[in-house]
Amino acid sequence: MGYFERIFKEPRWGVHPDDHKRPAADAALRLLPPPARVYMPLSQHVGGAARPIVLVGQQVHKGQLLAEAQGNISAPIHAPVSGKVSSIGEVTAPHASGLGFGAIVIDSDFADRWIDTDPVADPFSLSPEEITRRTAAAGVVGLGGATFPSALKFSLGKRLAVGTLIVNGGECEPYLSSDDRIMRDSADQVVDGVRIVMHAIGARVALVGIEDNKPEAIAAMRKAAAAYPEVRIRPVPSRYPMGSDKQLIQALTGKEVPADARAAEVGVLVHNVSTCAAVHQAVRLGRPLVERIVTVNGGAVARPGNIFVPLGTQVDELLAFCGLNEAPSRLILGGPMMGTLLAHGRVPLVKGVSGIIAFDAREAAVPRAGPCVRCGSCTKACPMGLLPLEMAAHIRSGDLAGAVDFSLTDCIACGCCAYVCPSHIPLVQYFSHAKGELAARERTRLRSEAAKRLAEARLIRLERESREKAEAAARRQAERKAAKALAAASASQAQAVVT
Amino acid sequence: MKPGMNPAVAPVAAPHATTANSVGRVMATVMTALLPATLCGFWLFGWPAIYLWIVTVGAAMLGEILCLRLGGRAARPALSDGSAILTGWLLALSLPPWAPWWIGVFGGLFATVMGKQVFGGLGQNLFNPAMAARVALLISFPVQMTAWVAPLPINAAAAPGIIEGLRITLGALSPALDNISSASLLGHVKTELSRGIDLLHLLTAGHAAADSLSGARAGSLGETAAWLIAAGGVLMLFLRIITWQIPIAMLAAVALPAALLHLVDPGRYLDAGSHLLSGGVMLGAFFIATDYVTSPNTPRGQLVFGAGCGLLTYVIRTWSGYPEGVAFAVLLMNSLTPIIDSSFRPRVYGRDRKGVALEPIK
Repeated sequence: MGYFERIFKEPRWGVHPDDHKRPAADAALRLLPPPARVYMPLSQHVGGAARPIVLVGQQVHKGQLLAEAQGNISAPIHAPVSGKVSSIGEVTAPHASGLGFGAIVIDSDFADRWIDTDPVADPFSLSPEEITRRTAAAGVVGLGGATFPSALKFSLGKRLAVGTLIVNGGECEPYLSSDDRIMRDSADQVVDGVRIVMHAIGARVALVGIEDNKPEAIAAMRKAAAAYPEVRIRPVPSRYPMGSDKQLIQALTGKEVPADARAAEVGVLVHNVSTCAAVHQAVRLGRPLVERIVTVNGGAVARPGNIFVPLGTQVDELLAFCGLNEAPSRLILGGPMMGTLLAHGRVPLVKGVSGIIAFDAREAAVPRAGPCVRCGSCTKACPMGLLPLEMAAHIRSGDLAGAVDFSLTDCIACGCCAYVCPSHIPLVQYFSHAKGELAARERTRLRSEAAKRLAEARLIRLERESREKAEAAARRQAERKAAKALAAASASQAQAVVT
Repeated sequence: MKPGMNPAVAPVAAPHATTANSVGRVMATVMTALLPATLCGFWLFGWPAIYLWIVTVGAAMLGEILCLRLGGRAARPALSDGSAILTGWLLALSLPPWAPWWIGVFGGLFATVMGKQVFGGLGQNLFNPAMAARVALLISFPVQMTAWVAPLPINAAAAPGIIEGLRITLGALSPALDNISSASLLGHVKTELSRGIDLLHLLTAGHAAADSLSGARAGSLGETAAWLIAAGGVLMLFLRIITWQIPIAMLAAVALPAALLHLVDPGRYLDAGSHLLSGGVMLGAFFIATDYVTSPNTPRGQLVFGAGCGLLTYVIRTWSGYPEGVAFAVLLMNSLTPIIDSSFRPRVYGRDRKGVALEPIK
């Protein structure tokens, strides 16, 4: 991009980190041989964990339902390999905490036998509801990392009569290229998926936003979409966080999603390109989501590239497949800007993982944090228009309400501020801490309110009971008196009669 | 692993990558931008100016080290960011070039001790340390702080040599100031106006602007070469070390009232060009008012701040007892920075300027 464009056409927000996407992005897609054992977590999505419906020892085929969706927001889980269910228990979650969560463990029989699928020759003859149902049944969730069940977004889009489908091919995170790869290799599948999603939500146009650092993907997608004028390929400037929903919507439509509102309320819905490909697989081929492309990159990786991997594969196995130059100094799930730090690689890959990054010692070196010099770099970089330095100053002094006053709740945790900070202050860590603390306080407040309500209800009940008791006692006494009086009266009457 | 790197203190939260930029690099860039004007000052005012610069920078660093030691903190990392050097440097540029050594020592120590470390060190001070020190010097030692000399290029025959220059700075040699002392343009104008002589008689045509181009005129060490300072400022704009709001607003707020009043009464009011190129306006607009720590960091706040600095400078120059007002103006506006910062916040995505969520538009 020329200097003129850099000054006048680029968005004013964001950062432009060295993207490190090549050579990994240019390496041909490789297939990981089915691993001997996969660990399929029950919670790979936003919402309730799936409920297992298989038994230990049961033989399963690839794509067979292992656990069904549970609750309003949830997604089912399917077998990524054929083989035998060897146990159902806890495994380490792919999260910095290293806590455990439920998973179904399958020992592969290496046959890779699929279930009998139910392909559809013409998805456009199906009703939108049927497409939504099939997408839900296939366990498709947002593959860009949000992992929100896609079918629920279809229903929402349909209900709010969304006119524009935004397809997110931004992939603004450095090092990652799984979306790039799927657009280059399977553009037809992606475009077909886009059209199926449009049919499901009733959108008239689809705008596919692709960062202009992916010319091959743009060309492939343009070719695939040539026959469909309603699918428009729109290159966008390479600027992190262009792949964030709110920023991509703004770049492509000029619309701003109001605070505390959903994108559908301004007439747009965002789906990732890989999600669209998964919808194609689910609806047209009847194949549930059990595999995905994962980028393996970073200085410690000997042969970086994109690998087609069964879900539930351990990170270590994938790293071994790509080879390591040295023990990774830092292992990251996702991109370097928003990814999760992993304590070790003995965790399973889940639906939302687009990449594994193994930093070498040089990449992992973190400069010591210094004092804030109020340079305002963070303010300039913030895509939400926040003042990260002010929020951090308030959080540092324990004034969370002050941080909220500076719109802490609008922070999307994209990491631009911490990335550009010349003092290397871990700003996102401050914000995550504050958000967690606020959430904990809110929970405590709700709990104490509930306890207060219960206590008050109990007091009222006790009062009412004692009042009723007293009333009953008084009534009984009155009755007794009346009975006595009656008896006396009848006795005297009898006496009178006798007399 | 590079020195200063410590993975043990790495945060858990993303991002896991960070910019190669650092506070030290920013300071180094600012110093590079200051270099042309500084070297020009050295050339114009000779060895005494060089000695004064060394003494002032050294005293500023000494003040920093003393405070860090007293506070039980390691001096090396704080010193290596270059902020104390820059503070001393900026102060030196605003001093009369042949001022005695103790002016530099007092000023340098005052800048880092009272101007910065007393508030808690880097990033904590409310006032620009260099300007706080300059004002303290001006109030305490008005004679030495207004003893200007005419430029005498370092290679000129009459210029003091290495030894002679040192003796001037040490105060051992009282230079025959009579034959080389001179008044700065602003000081001269102030004096003569107070004597009832109007500017039309006072200034020969082209006097101010022509001299300002080369910087060959009486004034502070690094303030006379206004164009070189502006060039350094443009370099910083280009490298995105500073934003345009503060310098442009400040220069405009000096130039506009100056031009307007000059139009009304050229006999009483100096023209805009002389105002912009004289005294500390250029240095102030690009290097002093843009100090990160003491200026607002929202674009609209910076406009307000810059305009305030410029307007106050003009007001002080024109109607107060002092011929120059940049330091006072910057300090006054520094005190308003917290208020400006909280009053002129940027608009948050999805909200209006008041912070209320936008209405959804389909």
